Amino acid sequence: MKISPHWLRDFVDLTPSDRQIAEDLSRAGLAVEELSGEGSSTLFEMEIGTNRPDAMNHYGIAREAAAVYDLPLKSPAGENAAAGGNSPPQTATVEIDIADPEGCARYTAQLIEDIQIRPSPPFIADRLRLIDQRLINNAADASNYTLWEIGHPTHAFDLDLLAGGKIVVRRARAGELLTTLDGVERKLYPEDLIIADQNKPVALAGVMGGYDTMITDKTRNILIESAWFDPVAVRKTAKRHGLHTDASHRFERGADFAATPLACGLVTERILASGGGRLRGTLDAIARELDQAPVVLRIAQVHRLLGTKLPTHEVLSILKRLGFELVPEPVASPEFSVRIPTWRLDVEREIDLIEEIARLYGYDNFPNTLPSVRGVMIENPNLLKQRKLRSRLLSLGYNEGLSLSFIGHQDAETFSSAPVVEIANPLSDEASLMRSSLVPGMLAMMSYNLNRGTENIRLFEVGDLYQRSNGAVWERGAICLGATLSALRQGLPQGSVLDKSNAASDIDVFRALKGDIENLLSLFEHTSLAFDNQPPDYYDPTRSARVWMDGKQVAQFGPLHPEIALARKLRQKVFIAEIFTLELYAHGLREVLYRALPKFPGVERDFSFLFPESVSFEQMEGAVHAIGLAVLQSFQPVELFRGHSVPLDHYSILLRAKFQSWERTLREDEVGEYSRNIISALQGLGGIQRA
Amino acid sequence: MVALYKVPKLSDFSPQALDRHVAELLAAVEAEAAAVKTSDTRKAFRDRWLARKGGILTQVNEWLRSAPKDIKPEVGRRVNQLKLEVEKRVEFKAQQVGKAAPESSIDISLPGIRRPIGAEHPITRTMEEIVQVFARLGYSLVEGPIVESDYYNFEALNFPLDHPARDTQDTLFLANQEGKPARERLLLRTHTSPVQIRTMEKVGPPLRILAAGKVHRNDPPDASHSPMFHQIEGLAVDSDITFGDLKGTLDHAMKALFGSQVKTSFRPSFFPFTEPSAEMFVSCFICGGTGRRGEEPCRPCKRTGWIEILGCGMVDPNVFEFVKQRGYDPEKISAFAFGMGVDRIAMLKFGLDDLQLFFQGDLRFLEQFK
Ligand SMILES: [Zn+2]
Repeated sequence: MKISPHWLRDFVDLTPSDRQIAEDLSRAGLAVEELSGEGSSTLFEMEIGTNRPDAMNHYGIAREAAAVYDLPLKSPAGENAAAGGNSPPQTATVEIDIADPEGCARYTAQLIEDIQIRPSPPFIADRLRLIDQRLINNAADASNYTLWEIGHPTHAFDLDLLAGGKIVVRRARAGELLTTLDGVERKLYPEDLIIADQNKPVALAGVMGGYDTMITDKTRNILIESAWFDPVAVRKTAKRHGLHTDASHRFERGADFAATPLACGLVTERILASGGGRLRGTLDAIARELDQAPVVLRIAQVHRLLGTKLPTHEVLSILKRLGFELVPEPVASPEFSVRIPTWRLDVEREIDLIEEIARLYGYDNFPNTLPSVRGVMIENPNLLKQRKLRSRLLSLGYNEGLSLSFIGHQDAETFSSAPVVEIANPLSDEASLMRSSLVPGMLAMMSYNLNRGTENIRLFEVGDLYQRSNGAVWERGAICLGATLSALRQGLPQGSVLDKSNAASDIDVFRALKGDIENLLSLFEHTSLAFDNQPPDYYDPTRSARVWMDGKQVAQFGPLHPEIALARKLRQKVFIAEIFTLELYAHGLREVLYRALPKFPGVERDFSFLFPESVSFEQMEGAVHAIGLAVLQSFQPVELFRGHSVPLDHYSILLRAKFQSWERTLREDEVGEYSRNIISALQGLGGIQRA
Repeated sequence: MVALYKVPKLSDFSPQALDRHVAELLAAVEAEAAAVKTSDTRKAFRDRWLARKGGILTQVNEWLRSAPKDIKPEVGRRVNQLKLEVEKRVEFKAQQVGKAAPESSIDISLPGIRRPIGAEHPITRTMEEIVQVFARLGYSLVEGPIVESDYYNFEALNFPLDHPARDTQDTLFLANQEGKPARERLLLRTHTSPVQIRTMEKVGPPLRILAAGKVHRNDPPDASHSPMFHQIEGLAVDSDITFGDLKGTLDHAMKALFGSQVKTSFRPSFFPFTEPSAEMFVSCFICGGTGRRGEEPCRPCKRTGWIEILGCGMVDPNVFEFVKQRGYDPEKISAFAFGMGVDRIAMLKFGLDDLQLFFQGDLRFLEQFK
């Protein structure tokens, strides 16, 4: 909102500089965001909260400035103001009928005859231009000038075009049409609050006038409307028609009930001054009084909430400067009954008064204090789990990314089977659903990097997933990891590569990702961790796995399905992993229990075997554990080899068993016996021991 | 290769003979020391002469043992002196070899092999820093849903239906809810404030809580807007919470976050769920409150020296009406609440001029936060 400090000085004799006024107004809650121009063309760009329609004009700001500086405020009504009691005897030829008192509490009108429609005089034109208002003609500009001067919206009708000499404030009837000033023909809703003449709607009340009754060059006689419309009625009407005007903005926030005659008089005065003509009559229809009950203010409450014992005279002085009155006359009492000025519809309660006192006293003048530390600690165990996972992901070399919460229908179908949560007013089609998977966002981030020449990508995102569930929405946490092939390869420690026939083979790359998942899951207490090769369709079915912790799926990972990767034009093979934190957080964090270190040396034995491709390491592990050797400390593959001397459909594997007793040193013959057991178990799987 | 020195068995214990044997031994240790060039051979050399088991000095003890009784003291004296001499020479050599390795030195200016370390997202990092400050003041971190009902996001926070204050929130609503009563309609929470109500429904006063998380609004993405962003909400309820406490707590938090030199200033504002309401400014931590960076105007504070950082206020009594049964009687208790945009604070902290950088996952950006 543009405010001219020069204009403010019409109403209050401000001596401080414009910059100082801007600062002081801001401190009182009337924020001057920017100051531009010089001298009489200085402008404040102001940001006035929705609760302060009274300050959305020059007089309102002047009133605040007068309160801030404790200066007298001059009335906007000029010497010859035509408002209220100064009007000539009523010779009205127009009848006002407020058929909807709920929607319209007061309707003031003045009739002007025999005027000339012409451009506004320079004084009006210059001021409107300064605050970026479009000039139309002396009648429309007078209404607009008054709006920016005292904030009350008015409207000028061509009196001769109002049928039957009647103004009716009512709700619209089904099927009624109205072409508004913007030239749009509108079908009216029965709930719309409208102004009508005897036959037809002529304005959307408090929102916009009608096209057919507007002031034109031919207009000779005018009706000025200055009314008080109900905020909710105006707001709903404006919303239904997708309109937001300077008038509706103020009415829906609450106009000043007492200002209708003043606004009407000021508009009339200005039209008469510029267009000649005569005032023919004034009408002031009051359908109901606005109920602004006095508010009780307890000084003790002021002290309790603000934390400073403001002297009572200071409190009363602030209220008086802002236009609040005490009923009855102020006495030295800890309780006062305060009458609220008609322009302050936002003040209804004691707390509203306390805010007024605080803001005028100056927020920065209250001393800073610290409250005691009290209240229960609310436990949040998942938070600790998430922090642990996050920090482990960082130490594993994954960078944290954040993607938006929205996805499109196609991604939702590809990456999840959950019933989707749709947004009624999405930003775009591709963002029309709440995400049911973190994978699309991850792929978008990876693709963003690949397209900019970054090859070694490791990313993770901690986020929420959404799905519909019995009419409600179910939110659950998830973590998604993404890594490119080159990043996984680069991170392979030389010593842990198994496949000796192929440097950085798919096997070892898969193991690199699997190891990351294992490192994450090992934070949690569990008795079993199982992997199967039944991943969802968007994973490469030959190289992906699902992870089950104590019988519940907690993760899945592997390369993206080649067809999806192709369709997304990903420039490199991309691996993803998803961790379902809802299921995972059902497990506690692993408690560490110390085990005594062995006092006796351990013994290692290697076994070189040839196996058919159909036998997995898991089976070997199972067969060896089934022997039940209490001293078997670990059983691990050390090397894999295919090709050369290894027959087709077979592979060679070097396995290492470590034996360890906590009671004594193992004897050579015992270890020999264990080894023979292991060899025969492996042979039982179809393995052939190699020399 | 020289024949290695061996400790002779002595039969002649005359002083002349002893002198000769000692001289031979010392000559041998010097000759062998001269041949030691690497740390490997140094160890072998040291073991050969000084090892407790079978070392040459141990063998010299044999001289003492085989000496006739009457001259034992004399032999003992010489042997001890000899030992000191040998030890001195061996240790000296050891130090020399240790100092100047005869191997050619490596180029230590080559870059280190850096194992990949992930970088925490600047928003998470900022959020954690803020959370930690309040955790130390006794605030518990609580959570709430992102898909909220109209009741929690608006109504219970004193945004009446059809109130213009709702317009400022650009709410995203879920589809297909036409049949539902207004207060049950689901939307994406536009602020973290609903967590206040949800927590007060569960836990009675006194209370100190913090809620951090994602919020959404219908704001098309650009350099300073995003339909998704992050907020941190705080609430303190007690029998004697004052406006001064609100100011003091936030002033303390800002000093903890941005340094003890920052100042705070509070200006009146409007939020439906607080009264009195305020916007808090901190003195610009980029230009130190001067409004200038050298010759240039300071952009983050628009030359004012102040940066608006959060909204806050005393909790409006109307809000307590919704949780009165839980013991929140506005006549007996009072509270303050505050809410801040984490993304904006992170932008200011790290000097970003484009909000979108946070949500692209660009590693060239993210890796700067290692
Ligand atoms: Zn600055």
